[in-house]
Amino acid sequence: MRLWKQFRGSYFLYSFLHDPVAMGSFIILTLLTLSAFGAPVIAPHDPYDTTTINIMDSEIPPMWMENGDQNFSLGTDAQGRDMLSTMLYGMRISLIIGVGATFLQAVIGIVLGLIAGYKGGKIDNFLMRMADVQLSFSTLMVAIFLSAIFQAIFGVAAFESMAVPFLVLVIGIAEWPQYARTVRASVLAEKKKEYVEAARVMGLPANRIMWRHILPNTMSPILVLSTVQVAHAIMSEAALSFLGLGMPITKPSLGSLINSGFDYIFSGSWWITMFPGFLLVLLILVINLLGDWVQDVLNPKLYKG
Amino acid sequence: MTHLLEVQDLVVKFGLRSGDLTALNGINFTLNPGERMGLVGESGAGKSVAGFSIINLISRPGFIASGRVLFEGEEISAYPLEQMRGIRGNRISMIFQDPMMTLNPVLTIGTQMVETIQAHNQVSAAHAREIALEKLQKVYISSPGKRLGQYPHELSGGMRQRVVIAISLLTNPSLIIADEPTTALDVTIQAEVMALLLELCKHEHMGLILITHDLGVVSQVTEKIAVMYAGRIVEQGPTTDIVTNPRHPYTKGLIQALPQGGSGRGRLHQIPGMMPNLTSIPPGCAFHPRCEQAMDICRRETPRLFGDAEHSGLVACHLYSQSR
Repeated sequence: MRLWKQFRGSYFLYSFLHDPVAMGSFIILTLLTLSAFGAPVIAPHDPYDTTTINIMDSEIPPMWMENGDQNFSLGTDAQGRDMLSTMLYGMRISLIIGVGATFLQAVIGIVLGLIAGYKGGKIDNFLMRMADVQLSFSTLMVAIFLSAIFQAIFGVAAFESMAVPFLVLVIGIAEWPQYARTVRASVLAEKKKEYVEAARVMGLPANRIMWRHILPNTMSPILVLSTVQVAHAIMSEAALSFLGLGMPITKPSLGSLINSGFDYIFSGSWWITMFPGFLLVLLILVINLLGDWVQDVLNPKLYKG
Repeated sequence: MTHLLEVQDLVVKFGLRSGDLTALNGINFTLNPGERMGLVGESGAGKSVAGFSIINLISRPGFIASGRVLFEGEEISAYPLEQMRGIRGNRISMIFQDPMMTLNPVLTIGTQMVETIQAHNQVSAAHAREIALEKLQKVYISSPGKRLGQYPHELSGGMRQRVVIAISLLTNPSLIIADEPTTALDVTIQAEVMALLLELCKHEHMGLILITHDLGVVSQVTEKIAVMYAGRIVEQGPTTDIVTNPRHPYTKGLIQALPQGGSGRGRLHQIPGMMPNLTSIPPGCAFHPRCEQAMDICRRETPRLFGDAEHSGLVACHLYSQSR
C-alpha cells in the first residue's frame, strides 16, 4: 500500500503519463506480450498441432485479397498454417528467448562486472580481458560454432527439442560483456563514494558491501541497458533463425517465419515474410522507444531541449 | 591504567611510482577512556590519514610503514583483516564529513542501521530495530520511528548527521573518530551537532578524536589537542593551555586567524604561504618557510617534540629548545 502510494507520487509515473510515445509504446508492448503469451487461448488455430494443418490450405492470401479465406485472416504459409496464429506463437518464442537471454547476460555480466570493479587489480584485468575476447567474437559466430558443435554431437532432432534453451544460452553467453562493462564502470564510480567507505568503516564484510550497497546504486544503467539488450537479443535470435541456426520451422519464431517465407516472396506470397517482419520491427521499435524513455527518466542529466 | 588508545611512532607512507611519500611522520599520542582529543591542522596535514590509519583503513597506495596502534592494550595495527573488522564499527566508530555521502542513498535508514548491528552482533532484525530506535532517540531526532523507514534524501542535513551519529553509536563503541563532522553543516546546526556529540561522549563515557581545522570547535569540545603540520604533530597538550597560550608559531597563527568577537576591524591574521606538498617538504622544520620567527637552525634540524605532556604540553620548535 505504502509502495503503491510512493509509486503514484513518483516522478517515474508522472513522466510516463506525460510522455505519449512512452505510453503508446507501453500499451503496444503490453498488447503484444499479452497476445503472445495468450496465444493458446486467442489464436484461431494451433500451428503446433499437425493434425489440423492441411497442406491444401498453403499460401492462401490474407482475407481481404482475392482468393482469401475468412478462416485465415492473415493468410497461410507454405505448409498451410494460419499466419496470425503462427506469428503469435512465434512472437511468444521470440520474447521468451529475448528475455531469457537478457536475463542470463545480466546474471553473468553483473556478477563478473561487480567482482571486477570492486576487487580491481589482477581479477579485474583478467575478467575484462575475457570480456574483450568475448566481444571480439560476434554473436553470430559464437552461435554458428556452438550450434554446429551441438548438432554434430546430439543430432538435429535433439537440437530441435532443445532449441529454446540453447538459443538463450548462446545469446546469453555472447553478450554478457555488455553488462560486465557497464556494471564495472558504475561500480568504479560508486566505490569511491563515501558511503562505501563508511560501510567499510562500520566493519561490514566485502560481499555485503558489494551486493547490498553498491549493486542497488548501479541499477539505473543496468535497467537502461536491459531494454536495449532485450531488443538486441530478440534481433539476434531472429537473425540466427533467419540463417537457419535458430528455431526449427516446426516451432517457428518470428525470425524463422521470415526465413521460411523468404523463398516465396518472388512467387507472390509476400505475406509469409512481410507480416512476421512487420511484427518483429514493431516489437523491437516499441521496446527501444520504451528504453529511450527509461534512459531519459533515470538519467536526469540528459536533458532534451 | 591501560590507555584507550595509544599511537606509537606511527609512520604512514604512500607508495607512488616516483617513490614513497611520507604522509605521517612518527605520530605519538595517547587517549584515556572517555577522553576527548582534537586533531587540528590545515588541509593536507595528515589529520584524516591519522584517523584512518588508527582503524587500519588507509586505501592503497597508502600503508602503515612502521609504528603501532594499541587499542585497549591490544595491538590492533597488527590484526588481520577479519579481526580488524570486528573492531571497526564495533569498538571504534567513525563519523565523516558529509552525511549525504556517507549514507547509502538507496537503502532506508532502518536497513542501514539494522545491517550495522547485525554485522557485529547475533541479534534478530526486530531486536536490532529496537536498538536502532533507541539510538535515534538518543540523538534527539524528531519522530525517530518514522525515520527508520525513510531514505537519506528525505532528511535534512542536520538530521542526516544525527542519523550518522546514531549509527556510530549502535554498537556502543568506546572510541569515536569524527572526521570533520560539522564541516558540511551550517553554523547553527554545527553547534547543535557538536553539543550532541559532547553530551553523548560524556554520557556514554566514550573517547573522541575530533579531526577538524576549526580550533573554535575543538576548544569547546575537547580536553586535549594535537596540532599537525605536514605529517607531524607540532604541538600537543591540554586544550586550555594550547588555546590560551599557544607556543608553536603555527598554532599561534591558527589561533590568530580565528575571528574574535568584538576585536574590532582590520584584516584577520593569516599565515603566509601554503602547507608544503608532501613531495617537497622543506628540510629542517617543515614550517620554517612560513614562520616569521625562523632561525638558521630551523632550516637544518627538524625539531623534536619535548616538554611536559601533562601540564603545559609538548611543542616541536627550536624557539623553545634553546632556552633549555
